Amino acid sequence: MSLLEVTDLRIRYVRQGRLKAALRREPRDFEAVCGVSFQLDPGQTLGLVGESGSGKSTIARTLIGLKKSSGGSIRFDGAEISDASARDWGRLRREMSMMWQDPVGSLSPRLTVKALVTEPLRINGMKASRAEAVRLLSLVGLPPEFANRYPHQLSGGQARRVGVARALALDPKLLIADEPTAGLDMSVQGEVLNLLAEVQARSGVAIVIITHNLNLVRHVTDQMAIMYLGRFVEQGPTEQIFAQPRHPYTKALLEANPEPDPEARQDYVPLSGEVPSPVNRPTGCDFHPRCVHARPDCAARVPDWTEEGARGHRCMYPL
Amino acid sequence: MASPAATRPAPQDEPLVSIDGLSVDFATPRGTIHALRNIDLEVPRGKVLGLVGESGCGKSTLAYSLIGLLSENARIAGGAIRMDGHDLARLGPRAWRDLRGQRISMIFQDPMTALNPVTTIGRQMMDIQYRDPGTRAQKRARAIEFLEQVQLPDAASKLDVYPHQLSGGMRQRVCIAMALLTRPDLLIADEPTTALDATLEMQIVTLLRELQEKFGCSVLFVSHHLGTVAELCDEVAVMYAGEVVERGAVAEVFNAPRHPYTQALFDCDPARIRVATRHLPTIPGTLPDLRQPPRGCAFRARCGKAFARCEVEHPPLYPAAPGQDARCHLVDPAEDAS
Repeated sequence: MSLLEVTDLRIRYVRQGRLKAALRREPRDFEAVCGVSFQLDPGQTLGLVGESGSGKSTIARTLIGLKKSSGGSIRFDGAEISDASARDWGRLRREMSMMWQDPVGSLSPRLTVKALVTEPLRINGMKASRAEAVRLLSLVGLPPEFANRYPHQLSGGQARRVGVARALALDPKLLIADEPTAGLDMSVQGEVLNLLAEVQARSGVAIVIITHNLNLVRHVTDQMAIMYLGRFVEQGPTEQIFAQPRHPYTKALLEANPEPDPEARQDYVPLSGEVPSPVNRPTGCDFHPRCVHARPDCAARVPDWTEEGARGHRCMYPL
Repeated sequence: MASPAATRPAPQDEPLVSIDGLSVDFATPRGTIHALRNIDLEVPRGKVLGLVGESGCGKSTLAYSLIGLLSENARIAGGAIRMDGHDLARLGPRAWRDLRGQRISMIFQDPMTALNPVTTIGRQMMDIQYRDPGTRAQKRARAIEFLEQVQLPDAASKLDVYPHQLSGGMRQRVCIAMALLTRPDLLIADEPTTALDATLEMQIVTLLRELQEKFGCSVLFVSHHLGTVAELCDEVAVMYAGEVVERGAVAEVFNAPRHPYTQALFDCDPARIRVATRHLPTIPGTLPDLRQPPRGCAFRARCGKAFARCEVEHPPLYPAAPGQDARCHLVDPAEDAS
């Protein structure tokens, strides 16, 4: 049985007040995530890839209960959690934890590293001893003297490590990492990713990595899903998708990832236009206005999800 | 004294800017940081020079010193920045005002903070033409012309919008249009695609390439993203801890990096690792304290190839291959002989 089973998840955001919506004869809210399904097994890593506004962070916030879903189901460890009460969440958040996007900004500047990494223990009424802090720091490869430091005394990479230590404090079953390498130098990115891989090998934690960095996804995930405007456009084993993208957007995204090789300088035409707003979705396929392979009926109807073995895509004329 | 804005015809092969032994210090309460030490670099005419390095290596400090925008606590401790017979390192504020935005212009990382949020795009684009004698209508026409150059759809109507009404990619296009409006000789782009999404990043890089070819200006492209540097630049300089450790043509440096830091940096880039791996290479260790730069090689403490000489003797830039230099004793011909 999968640890996490998400089926037809829908998430809406309120856009304007009731009165304004009525006066303008516009809907009050819009769908930021529409009908997303995926599964994650213990010890596996799933990458959610997409550009800004694709809904990937919204999914993360919903998984951890910071945003209510408007439809579909989320089953965690066999139980439905999309309608969990605040009381249930107290227990659930012991089993899933989050690594936030901004490594320094997510640490309170007034707390020491010791207080920061043991805060989850204190909240759950467990003993927050210095020995426990030192143990957590050693898990992420930081020496004990870091326990007395404040966040401003840490480098970006060290702050990330503290973030990982804190996320691991309660030995979670699921770890959600939102852009775990954003703002880190290339020589340090590897450190954080290697650390996550080590932790996973040791504890069997399942990881959801949210990122726009395809290079990272290729190396650290087993499964990946590419999002566009709140929908999965393609999903499957990472290797297969890199080897042969089926959806034109996936292909464009892979091509927009220039190789650090001047001889491979491509003459391809980059994707034109920008991601439309989820408030005014294009008709038919979300991607058709930017798609070079679009045909007339792409504008007419929304393509269905097509399964092909372990993978699937949402395109009527796949590559 | 002749105005610095006066141009003098120069042969094509002479560099537009040559930086000779430039050193920049920052005064801080905890001591003086020697952020740039003895930089020797040339910005070629009509080409794109990439400046690569990790945070804290001094690439932005170098870019800002080329446009006279260093912060208050910075001091040019030595060296010269020569451009058409003038030394930019010794320029007064008045002389800078004639150059900046006219012959040297800049694109910043975040287009939202680079644009004024309370005036329209058109107003800002007309204001920066304050030096020109033309009428408002002419300036307006010129603003539209340049918005069309950066392929902004429906350019004329964009003059009346405010920056927040545009998307991130469009804002950066406006910034590029504004930077090119005065037909500068040198365009400095400081991580212009970092704040943008992947598909937009390539749009902007391709646009910069096209416009550079059309206008023939020199571009200094500061980036930590090796992929975009390979895509856009003709030449590249790799910086580490306030020094240029390697420089040369992009093809040479990317194919056969000679400095161990350049090699390590390329090895770390997950885009260069073709086989999926769970263990990614890193560069262990940290940057040296730039209040007291090490006596020998700045990279020695993190270098797997360091030997006795690296500790005592600071390496100069040795010629490593035709058109490629590296600041490493291993490249010293004398080291080969011994």
